[in-house]
Amino acid sequence: MVDTMLEAMVQRKSETESTAEQKKIKLDISDLTVSYGKEAAISDVNFKIYENEIFGIIGPANAGKTSFLKALNLMNTFDANMKVEGKILFNGRDIHQLKNVYALRSRIGVVFPLPVGLPMTVYENVALSPRLRGIKDKASLDEIVQRCLQRSALWDEVKDRLDSLGSLLSGGQQQRLTIARALSQEPELLILDEFSIAVDPVTTMRIEEVLKELKNEMTIILVTNLVQQARRLADRTAFFLEGECIETGDTEALFNGQVENSKTTDYIEGRFG
Amino acid sequence: MTTTQTREAMNEQFDRRTLDWYIDKLVEIIVFISGISAIIFVVGIFVFVTMEGMGFLFDSFSFSEFFGSEYWEPSDEDAPEYGILALIAGTASVTGLAMLIAIPFSLGTAIYIAEFSTGKTREYLKVLVELLAAIPSVVWGFIGLTIMNPLIIEIFDVPVGLTVLNAGIILGLMAAPIMTSIAEDALKAVPDRYREAAEALGATRWQVIYKTVLPAAKNGLLGAILLGVGRGFGETMAVLMATGHAVNIPGSVFDSVRALTATIAAELGETAVGSEHYQVLFTIGIFLFLITFVINLTADLIVRGIKNQ
Ligand SMILES: Nc1ncnc2c1ncn2[C@@H]1O[C@H](COP(=O)(O)OP(=O)(O)O)[C@@H](O)[C@H]1O
Ligand SMILES: [Mg+2]
Repeated sequence: MVDTMLEAMVQRKSETESTAEQKKIKLDISDLTVSYGKEAAISDVNFKIYENEIFGIIGPANAGKTSFLKALNLMNTFDANMKVEGKILFNGRDIHQLKNVYALRSRIGVVFPLPVGLPMTVYENVALSPRLRGIKDKASLDEIVQRCLQRSALWDEVKDRLDSLGSLLSGGQQQRLTIARALSQEPELLILDEFSIAVDPVTTMRIEEVLKELKNEMTIILVTNLVQQARRLADRTAFFLEGECIETGDTEALFNGQVENSKTTDYIEGRFG
Repeated sequence: MTTTQTREAMNEQFDRRTLDWYIDKLVEIIVFISGISAIIFVVGIFVFVTMEGMGFLFDSFSFSEFFGSEYWEPSDEDAPEYGILALIAGTASVTGLAMLIAIPFSLGTAIYIAEFSTGKTREYLKVLVELLAAIPSVVWGFIGLTIMNPLIIEIFDVPVGLTVLNAGIILGLMAAPIMTSIAEDALKAVPDRYREAAEALGATRWQVIYKTVLPAAKNGLLGAILLGVGRGFGETMAVLMATGHAVNIPGSVFDSVRALTATIAAELGETAVGSEHYQVLFTIGIFLFLITFVINLTADLIVRGIKNQ
């Protein structure tokens, strides 16, 4: 009896291990250090992010979460002050060796904390990326715009005012417009940086449902200041604190107290941060 | 399986430089060349002007005579004297008066257009200001000669109307529209949320402008003013016509003066190329060039200083 149970357990364990091995690695980050001038914002970050998972990143303000995201998208080309060291493999490719960074950026959708409605109409905001890709056909564009706006839970509110300026929408609507725009890229990787700051709770819940569905099509990195949001959505979670990645782990495990560093539990339970 | 395929395809994209990539690089190169050629032209002009004035600068240039003497007598055959003190005084007095007029006028107009006027009024005013900015300077000079001149003689009961006052007013009116236009752009660039945040604190309209909008637009407003100063220094035709063109250190605004630029414009055509007089005029050119440079540099430093605060 005991033997068979043990056997079953061993078997199950090796099963989970083998499925973990089969999971495709989307991002492999090693010894990543991001600094502004002399000051390091994050140092020596190491972990992997798998395809079709939602990877949560939690941590207090100034922990370096946004700096981490910027490094993934090579945003340092806009900020001469920002320096990135270490290796980032995207689909196994070192992103610092790519001949065409624009091809990489166009595969990564980014949603910033504060919505950025570009100074054009709602329709044009969402059609911009497809147009940059060379799609000119009106019917295809219409279809993409509608699908992306529906997925970002904005369609019903803007379907009658697609031709009004995107920057005239309310904050929460603009954030959903930003998400729709990111989706119009048909990204492999979707990065959300504290997206719910400017969004009301009901809409937040609706977007969360959408993210759960999107997971089947893309990899999602979700930086959030709401630890419960990470719990609801993330398969695995990393905890950042003062420029270091304290630990990464299975989200449920972390929230159930199976942590390597007690600071993680302290943060999750709201004892600081 | 399909993901492996797309992944391979994706990886290929990262190595393929598309047409867009090459266009991007091409634009970068074109922009770089335009930027560099602007610098080359400026340096080239400076070198040319310096070369032309060099003979005088190295042979008979006397600092104390050039800047210290009020006698500009280049045509004196026995002992020509090249003192530009009076010319500097002429340019400075006219520009100073012009700014005294143009700064309050242009800032006031800009604040009215940007902060108070609405709808149609605003549109009409903007078009009008731009129209005024497009009036050629010789027209302004003409107004100085034919309208302002008799008006000043009449009102102030003075013998001549082509004076510092006349040129200062003309130059001030001339510089005001372009200054207004730039100042208005600076005010419009201040985001509305600043105004809303200040209004929410109970600030009056003027308090909102004075405490938040003007400080936020400081750089642009300063730029507008310095552009006006530069315009005053560089303006030639209108001051030539409205100052009376008499070498004189003015004792009051009712005196005639002569400006640096007007001197070059009026005399260069009559001098023999390479003669001493010709070289002196180019030396004045170098001087004007340096002054403009210093004004721009000061502006740049001030703007940087404001940014760092
Ligand atoms: N553009 C920047 N220039 C200089 N320092 C920066 C810049 N962006 C962020 N930092 C600094 O880097 C650290 C990490 O910031 P950030 O990545 O924004 O953290 P988080 O997103 O976790 O709040 C902070 O100390 C912040 O002050
Ligand atoms: Mg952040």
